[in-house]
Amino acid sequence: MNKLDQVEGAYKRDDIPDFGPGDTVKVNVRVVEGGRERVQTFEGNVIARNGGGLGETFTVRKISFGIGVERIFPLHAPIIQSIEVIRRGSVRRAKLYYLRDRVGSKATRIKEKRDR
Amino acid sequence: MKAILGEKLGMTQVFDDESRAVPVTVIKAGPCRVVQIKRPDTDGYGAIQIAYRELPVHKVNKPTAGHFARAGLTPHRHLVEIRVDDPDTYKVGQEISLADVLTKGGLADVAGVSRGKGFEGVMKRHNFVGQGASHGAHRVHRAPGSIGACATPSRVFKGMRMAGRMGGEKTTVLNLEVVAVDADRGILMLRGAVPGAAGSVVLVREAVKAGG
Repeated sequence: MNKLDQVEGAYKRDDIPDFGPGDTVKVNVRVVEGGRERVQTFEGNVIARNGGGLGETFTVRKISFGIGVERIFPLHAPIIQSIEVIRRGSVRRAKLYYLRDRVGSKATRIKEKRDR
Repeated sequence: MKAILGEKLGMTQVFDDESRAVPVTVIKAGPCRVVQIKRPDTDGYGAIQIAYRELPVHKVNKPTAGHFARAGLTPHRHLVEIRVDDPDTYKVGQEISLADVLTKGGLADVAGVSRGKGFEGVMKRHNFVGQGASHGAHRVHRAPGSIGACATPSRVFKGMRMAGRMGGEKTTVLNLEVVAVDADRGILMLRGAVPGAAGSVVLVREAVKAGG
């Protein structure tokens, strides 16, 4: 895959902050509606990062009006205007799919990461 | 026909202007050298012979080394002949690079040797439907079924599709969209899949059946 890495490099974004599962992020997404472009935000917990290279994606989960909503973003997609990391979470696994089965704000809480 | 040899590097995805992910195959194409020119008056048809991937002289036998020496070149590993209408516009020893063959937005055909699949049954090899999962089927779920009649003709017809070796044969895919051309590095991106494993040698040519 080394040879491909060099090719992909030109298409990769270099403005992506360091974040991982458990972090709370705000994703600013460009939306084109009737020729007009505006920015929509999607804020929630990162519950997974999948794949590698240009095809890498991440999953953000939030509770919207009592209903769990997940959105999968391609990490290097140009429709993402920016990603802001709001809170660092301390978690012990890479995929937080167990949050889907939890109900209530206390059960789905993620401990904040403390720097030592 | 314009063509060039290259190495399939693998597949990835890139994003287009409308932010849609496009599946692409990345090919490192060329540079190739013209080794021989065939003209209608001497050979009966017009063609150029191009070579790809240099080799040290001690790796080839004398006839091959002599063939390249005649063109003033070091030996190369791969030789391919390409039919052209205007062989006189080429010169022996001339370099053929990616930019001479393809431009962004055009269409390309790619020929390569498909991945060897080994001995495969008729469902995978010939897209047979197999037999029922239930209704009394016993150990015949992926079997071909009847392969012919009985006493007449009392043999199996030639060419009957059966299980056997699959893959590892020359395959051509037509009309792939050229997504990107990086002429400096010889990097080519084509939308869609291309025969062969990553690292295998492929022939990329201008689409011959485009716009039909």
